[in-house]
Amino acid sequence: MSELNLTTAPAHVRHGSNIGQPLTRRDGVLKVKGQATYAADNHLPGMLFAVIAASSIARGHVTSLDVAAAKRHPGVVEVMTSANRPKLAIDPEIKTNPFVFRMESLQNDEVRYANQPIAVVIAQSLEAATEGAALLAPRYEALPPRVGLDAGEVFVPPVVGVGNPTVNEHGDVEAGLASAAKQIDATYETPPQYHNAMEPHAIVVAWDGDKLSIDMPTQGLILSRARIAELFGLAHENIHIRSPFLGGGFGSKGLMGGPPVLGIMAAKLVGKPVKLVLRREQMYGPVGHRAPTRQRLRLGADGEGQLTAIEHHARTVSSSYDDFYEPAADASHTLYASPAIRTTHDAVRVDTGTPLFMRAPGEATGSIALESAIDEMAFACGMDPLAFRLKNYAEVEPISGKPFSSKALRACYEQGATRFGWSKRKLAPRGMRDDAGLLVGWGMGTATFPALMFQAEARAAIRRDGSGVVEIGTHDMGQGAWTAFAQIAADGLGLDVDRVEFRSGHSNLPDAGIAGGSAHTATAGAAIHNAGAAVIAKLADLATKDERSPLFGAGNTGVIARDGKLFRRDDESRGESYSDILARAGLAEIEARGTGAANPAAMEEYAMHAHGAVFAEVKVDPELGQVRVTRMVGTFAAGRIVNPHLVKSQLFGGMIWGVSFALHEEAITDRRTGRIMNANLGEYHIPVNADVPSLDVLTVEEHDPHVNALGIKGVGEIGITGSAGAVANAVWHATGVRVRRFPIRIEELLV
Amino acid sequence: MKQFEYVRPASIAEAVAAAAQPGSAYLAAGTNLLDLMKGGVSRPDRLVDVTRLPGLDRVEPLADGSVRIGALVRNANLAHDARFAKAYPAVAEALLSGASAQLRNAATVGGNLLQRTRCAYFYDTASRCNKREAGSGCDARDGENRLHAVLGWSEGCIATHPSDFCVPLVALDAIVEIEGKSGRRELPLAELHRLPGDAPERDSALQPGDLIVAVRLPASARTFATHARYLKVRERTSYAFAVVSAAAALRIENGRIAEARLALGGVAAKPWRADTAEQVLKGATPDAASFQQAAQLALAGAKPSGDNAFKIELARRIVVRALTLAAAGTPARVPALPASPFASVSGALHV
Ligand SMILES: Cc1cc2nc3c(=O)[nH]c(=O)nc-3n(C[C@H](O)[C@H](O)[C@H](O)COP(=O)(O)OP(=O)(O)OC[C@H]3O[C@@H](n4cnc5c(N)ncnc54)[C@H](O)[C@@H]3O)c2cc1C
Ligand code: SF4
Repeated sequence: MSELNLTTAPAHVRHGSNIGQPLTRRDGVLKVKGQATYAADNHLPGMLFAVIAASSIARGHVTSLDVAAAKRHPGVVEVMTSANRPKLAIDPEIKTNPFVFRMESLQNDEVRYANQPIAVVIAQSLEAATEGAALLAPRYEALPPRVGLDAGEVFVPPVVGVGNPTVNEHGDVEAGLASAAKQIDATYETPPQYHNAMEPHAIVVAWDGDKLSIDMPTQGLILSRARIAELFGLAHENIHIRSPFLGGGFGSKGLMGGPPVLGIMAAKLVGKPVKLVLRREQMYGPVGHRAPTRQRLRLGADGEGQLTAIEHHARTVSSSYDDFYEPAADASHTLYASPAIRTTHDAVRVDTGTPLFMRAPGEATGSIALESAIDEMAFACGMDPLAFRLKNYAEVEPISGKPFSSKALRACYEQGATRFGWSKRKLAPRGMRDDAGLLVGWGMGTATFPALMFQAEARAAIRRDGSGVVEIGTHDMGQGAWTAFAQIAADGLGLDVDRVEFRSGHSNLPDAGIAGGSAHTATAGAAIHNAGAAVIAKLADLATKDERSPLFGAGNTGVIARDGKLFRRDDESRGESYSDILARAGLAEIEARGTGAANPAAMEEYAMHAHGAVFAEVKVDPELGQVRVTRMVGTFAAGRIVNPHLVKSQLFGGMIWGVSFALHEEAITDRRTGRIMNANLGEYHIPVNADVPSLDVLTVEEHDPHVNALGIKGVGEIGITGSAGAVANAVWHATGVRVRRFPIRIEELLV
Repeated sequence: MKQFEYVRPASIAEAVAAAAQPGSAYLAAGTNLLDLMKGGVSRPDRLVDVTRLPGLDRVEPLADGSVRIGALVRNANLAHDARFAKAYPAVAEALLSGASAQLRNAATVGGNLLQRTRCAYFYDTASRCNKREAGSGCDARDGENRLHAVLGWSEGCIATHPSDFCVPLVALDAIVEIEGKSGRRELPLAELHRLPGDAPERDSALQPGDLIVAVRLPASARTFATHARYLKVRERTSYAFAVVSAAAALRIENGRIAEARLALGGVAAKPWRADTAEQVLKGATPDAASFQQAAQLALAGAKPSGDNAFKIELARRIVVRALTLAAAGTPARVPALPASPFASVSGALHV
């Protein structure tokens, strides 16, 4: 987006390699000044406001809506219901690919969860539309909703997560348990959680004939465009989506959900541009959530503290009308060596919106249970939790037997433990106090997240003036994509970062793949890198074949690109600038494309994961049970670090989410109605500043030649894994009370 | 939002006249009322904005040793009034433990007293709620109620009053000055909030049109200044309502408690003054045994209204702790984490 004036603080720029430098985010100044335009900040001439009316029952039918009352309200222009909604080109219930999830677009009067859209009121002002929605006074025929992990018949889903097998087995678990000197059999519960990105889901949309112009935050520009195209029967090139900034997504803005589709339908119905923004409480339903889980872990260990078996079973829920199963038990596949591992899942259907990907889906829920169980086993074996983990260190991936492409977890353990002062930990719980008499507890957890890659394409060019341009529709959700990708682009083109124009954030650019699975930097980064390399190759070709160039004939020895010049590899005194090469060739610019994708051969051969170790200190009031995290150290090994500054922030964010997971976060669902009773940021607790201690993040650099050309693993999600368990284990160590239901509540600590 | 009339009276008399008409509500900072209106919980026909009324934003020491706090004084301004905080440290601590800095900067004294319950079923218009709609039922009774009342509740309503500020105020015998249709009158704060009984829809003893103009703390209130604390257990370190809280104030003479004041928050539909506990403390030595006894008495009538039995034990413990802290003496400065069990952690980093 060339209209974005992204700046680089020059003090942070070192010439030469751009990757690896702690650049401050280039969009920071815009954000601080309030000039970064988020979707809902757009106002179009003649635009109307659309407000969703949401269901207050979780299951049944809408029997009546007082449309007349809403329409009588001054300012209300139209009410869109299942009776008058524009027809879609295909039934939204049809799953055209595995990344399509069913959505509510007023197909009929059925209600499948609380907070489901049941009508849209379109008015000249937000206030009028809001009041119009209230005046609809829906009546329902309600059926008893199914709520919670015991709501109905238990079944085994065909797959969990995205196509993962429901059952995984290696070795003989029963034999392993039978031979064990110590056994742990413990059941843990995690609650439903909601993404709660700071920016609510929003769309500003205008039709122009059969063309659509859309401002909407999305973590997947091209996937969203494809879904809109099929729903509305449009050609892809007729749809333009702008998403320069997201105020957080965490997975909830990855795939097209119902609300933005309703915005597009509303604009079609009234023939005017429309803005539709979800209210905070409306984000608890139609845009996904993390499903609750109940996980049973059975571990066996021999007399030396060596694991003999890990069995991890996870129960979860999906909606009544679609399938997404939190792959929680899969967390036990990679971390701890064991001759026998079995992971299994089952589920019940409940009347909620379909659960979806939420930051570290499966890994986060599974990790807190696994890390708690490992902690319980270490204690049962009379071992220090770190010593126990080292004893069971996995040299190869336990479930598959594959070697790791790289794994610096040992270094993470060592460096983290040293920084934290772990060696001073007392083995027994409830044995440490501070000078104010508060109980002190130290806990740890191991972090892990797979190094994934999707598919992406980028275009790069070098222009006559020697500057570069790179185009790719990447997504900046606040993680710093504008900055990290510009750094990769600059290195790919052999230019300094402020000599490269980086165009991103809209759907007319090459597909960057989805910003999810902690794979965005690796995938889009590889595409950018390859596009840059291809441009340099073309440029080199021009120069080395041109006898007027000092590089003439260097084709065989090769050239290197640096600081806007090509040099002979064998004689760096001979070089020529990009602009000279282009000027002589009479070219305005030279361009090329590059792609990024996983390497199937490497995946076949290696297990690819990022790792980390998190150490936490909590203090607990011995009588009042209130808990506060007072110190955390996280050490992570995640391949090559593109920008240490941004990576640190991602890891901080993940660790804070770990605190939240262990101590705060829970959607409280009324067991009778299926309504969420704390659907607001006042009562849906996440940590506030006073809950967040000074966090210490260290990274251990890994040189991984197998994951991708740049050696990048992701850092977006790993921070939450390990951290939640570390906090939970610290609470146990402080109090001697093992709480297996999360978040840990005060009443459980009132001993 | 529902359309409503907005009036901005220039005098107290005009305000009272305007608000006496049915369907009216006073608007102070609106941090509670506007949320309720956006959620469709309150649907007034007219808002009477009192924020421009003259003379109600002062903290005035009176000749008899009492202090008069105007109803429009902002929570933050009162807490940071150095003279006030020194004389009534538990009140300042309670104020600073409430809500967030932004909310405290806006919220007024009158609004804080009359803020509505945080019962989630009261906020959820699809639920039955006797307080919101008289006679409709109470969905909290068999619902998600682990934070609901353990004292003074009825089958009709188990909600709590959420204010922190009111807890030390009621302990210190605060008096509310009210301007109504028939002129000025006074009411002890202890009588302002009502227990639900069979009329949970009535939160307070106020009549339509009644305007709180000031809160007064009598001269006796400052005699506790050296031994007064507020303590609040919450589910995160800041920006959360109390699970339970307690204000404790002691006058200690010659090693004995000459007079004790004790009130609990988060346990009932009103700030809960624990008179019998105060009686037993009078003349006792300030030690663990007498504090334990006081705690037992303070919660003597408590019973769970749902999944909240733990609050009774927690309330006993917080009483003991608050009394212990009060006996130890008011700290020279309000702690960086006011009213928090972590307030006394030495060397801790507070953000
Ligand atoms: C997210 C959040 C967290 C919070 N956390 C806490 C907390 O931890 N502890 C705590 O104590 N409080 C907390 N609060 C509540 C906060 O203290 C109140 O919202 C605030 O004190 C209300 O003051 P106001 O001036 O905004 O009142 P308004 O919202 O304007 O009014 C509240 C009510 O009082 C009436 N009213 C106002 N002034 C007068 C008057 N002079 N005479 C008669 N009637 C009047 C209004 O008609 C209305 O019914 C929180 C609030 C929010 C939104
Ligand atoms: S407890 Fe009171 S406020 Fe809550 S639902 Fe019941 S009647 Fe309403």
